[in-house]
Amino acid sequence: MSDSHAIATAESGHDHGEHPAYLRHHFVSLEQQQETASFGMWLFLLTEIMFFGGLFTAYLIYRNWYYPAFVAASHTLNIFEGSLNTLVLITSSFTMAMGVWCAETKRRQGLIISLVLTLILGLGFLGIKADEYHEKYVKHHIPGHTFNAQGFVHPDQEALKGGEKPLAPDMAAKTEVYFSLYFAMTGMHAVHMIIGIALLCGMLWKATRGGYMDGNIAYVENFGLYWHFVDIVWIFLFPLLYLISRHQ
Amino acid sequence: MSTIVSLPDQSTARVPKRNYLTNENGLLSWLLTGDHKRIAILYLISITFFFFIGGALAGLIRMELLTPQSDLMASDTYNKIFTMHGVVMIFLFLVPSVPATLGNFLIPIMIGAKDLAFPKINLLSWYLYLAGGTMTLAAMITGGVDTGWTFTTPMSTHFSNTNVVTTGLAIFIAGFSSIFTGLNFIVTVHRMRAPGMTWFKLPLFVWANYAASVLMVLGTPVLAITLVLVVLERTVGIGVFDPTKGGDPILFQHLFWFYSHPAVYIMILPGFGVISEVISTFSRKRIFGYTAVAFSSMAIAVFGFFVWAHHMFIMGVSNYAVLVFSLLTMLVAVPSAIKIFNWAFTLYKGSITFETPMLYAFGFMGLFTIGGLTGVFLGSAGTDIHLTETYFIVAHFHFVMVGGMLMAFLSGIHFWWPKMTGRMYPEKISQLAAVVTFIGFNLTFFPQFLLGMLGMPRRYAAYPPEFQVLNVFSTAGATILGVGYLLPMIYLVWSLKYGKVAGNNPWQATGLEWQIQSPPLTENFTTIPIVTQDVYDYEWLERQKEHEVTHVG
Repeated sequence: MSDSHAIATAESGHDHGEHPAYLRHHFVSLEQQQETASFGMWLFLLTEIMFFGGLFTAYLIYRNWYYPAFVAASHTLNIFEGSLNTLVLITSSFTMAMGVWCAETKRRQGLIISLVLTLILGLGFLGIKADEYHEKYVKHHIPGHTFNAQGFVHPDQEALKGGEKPLAPDMAAKTEVYFSLYFAMTGMHAVHMIIGIALLCGMLWKATRGGYMDGNIAYVENFGLYWHFVDIVWIFLFPLLYLISRHQ
Repeated sequence: MSTIVSLPDQSTARVPKRNYLTNENGLLSWLLTGDHKRIAILYLISITFFFFIGGALAGLIRMELLTPQSDLMASDTYNKIFTMHGVVMIFLFLVPSVPATLGNFLIPIMIGAKDLAFPKINLLSWYLYLAGGTMTLAAMITGGVDTGWTFTTPMSTHFSNTNVVTTGLAIFIAGFSSIFTGLNFIVTVHRMRAPGMTWFKLPLFVWANYAASVLMVLGTPVLAITLVLVVLERTVGIGVFDPTKGGDPILFQHLFWFYSHPAVYIMILPGFGVISEVISTFSRKRIFGYTAVAFSSMAIAVFGFFVWAHHMFIMGVSNYAVLVFSLLTMLVAVPSAIKIFNWAFTLYKGSITFETPMLYAFGFMGLFTIGGLTGVFLGSAGTDIHLTETYFIVAHFHFVMVGGMLMAFLSGIHFWWPKMTGRMYPEKISQLAAVVTFIGFNLTFFPQFLLGMLGMPRRYAAYPPEFQVLNVFSTAGATILGVGYLLPMIYLVWSLKYGKVAGNNPWQATGLEWQIQSPPLTENFTTIPIVTQDVYDYEWLERQKEHEVTHVG
């Protein structure tokens, strides 16, 4: 009995001289390779959504429970720096998109400039974030042993004028949950930025040596997706943490 | 019964010289390999290592429980031992076992591909697994963890003075290994199928692993963030789960079980896949209701995400939540029952033979059915409140996980061993091992149902003397079970050198993996196959055989 009854043979349609060097041996065509890489990236981003999803769930539950504490705590955030950071990040998403476009159209100079701009904006975001973190440190708003909620029980004159209401001590203590989530969420976001910046540096190094000009831009495209994803996470974090209680 | 095995295979009198094992030599060629088959072997070796560590810890637990007093070890040592047993067995054995070994080896071959979609990520996931495993062992050696494998807060965040941070990070890392494996499988099944390999020609093993991969990809990140929050609470003092700061420990449980309940389906679904292949092969029939079995895997994956709170019936969730989650839990039984009944129908009027993989598969069906049915006791809130945190729970999940998953794993290893190594194992002794495992397993865990119903709580080193008789039975069974596990270790290694040459298709099975040489070439297929045959087409195979006989005659 023949062992290969179900296998009719088909030649793979090429030998190794005909296709570019970056087509890996287990793919039939370049389209298959690129679509596979892109599908993998989208799936990875889905896992990232689930990852942040745990934090968003926690945020929504506690916001519901400790509403006054969450309103008061979100008033202490630096909305100017937050807005500036949103602007910086959206711009960096734009420069990254330009980078992908330059890679697609094989504009080497354009790719390098776009990546440099993205890198600067990314670092700028982290710098502004660090300044915000420092502000929390000065105000004793970092959860842990030195956390101090007294400012919410006795708001200063300026805050009272701004419509702040004093909180009962037990509710004021719940602001620690808010700041726990603030640091967990923005911290996790910042970790993603740092990873992104590291990848960006590697990409830049390769681009200056003439990389990505041979049509093999799956890496640039996928990094672009990652960068936009990190941007989108911030687009959710910004209103949740900074904005939604501003009118009160 | 062994006639099929001893059919002389004229085409391959010896193991082919050129194959994936001999393609390259040296340690580095293994440690830097991109070949899914070699990575599967790396996983097999490391997973077996962790299984034996977990097993040794189980042995210590059963030794301690031989007598009512805690005389072998102190209570806190006992806590560390059962915690490590749970952590090692769940995160380092049950979750990765079938997907990372058999799945890695077989999925590309079964769909007619040369490799998984992302070979480098596949290798990375093995390194992540190894890093997570090493960290777990380091945590164990340098003081252990005493929280139980569930890391329940506030015990884990406040009261435990043990290596919770190291272990938490270890599981975080091992979790990424699982995410990457799942991601790789999903992309591979979508994008790498050979021409003609439609979705409904996929072997059920592929369907089952695909469903498990969906769970891995969606569930594991939630566990990852939960563990990060626990680690942050212990290290920098944030208060998401800390009741003294306004956090809620029950939120931890919701997030934890949102992964960890689906995780039992991550463990069992690939096992279902193995059983489908084995039952079809050794009853020489297409799986009855192929489509139903394929879709029931997906249904389990979907329902699996809606039942987590049945772990929390006594935690203070509302009565309505209890009602809804009780109902949803019962619902998962439906797709599981579809599988069991379809396997039974497949066996009906089949030409059944009792080779070793089939013996394990029968063991699986019996034990998993008992495990599943006792799950109904626990899904119903009324009985759950009586039985929870007793040995009934322990018996239930060991019947499902060990009786189900481990039986399936052994069945699969025996079934595909000739393909992976090119050699057969000795048939009689392997059948004996399967029977010994089955007997040992029942003797170990059946008394624990009784202990649970009598009210013996889990997680204590000492117990009232009236429970001793059943505990002695259980410990005796564990010893037999240990022998049942050691036997395959010995004869499988023996077979590598002295086993009979297997040939391409020792079981006369259908499926692409049986039509290439054993062990396969590095690139699996010399030319890309075009699939024309239906899946499990044993009738066709039989007709071919008759045709040949009349021809020769």
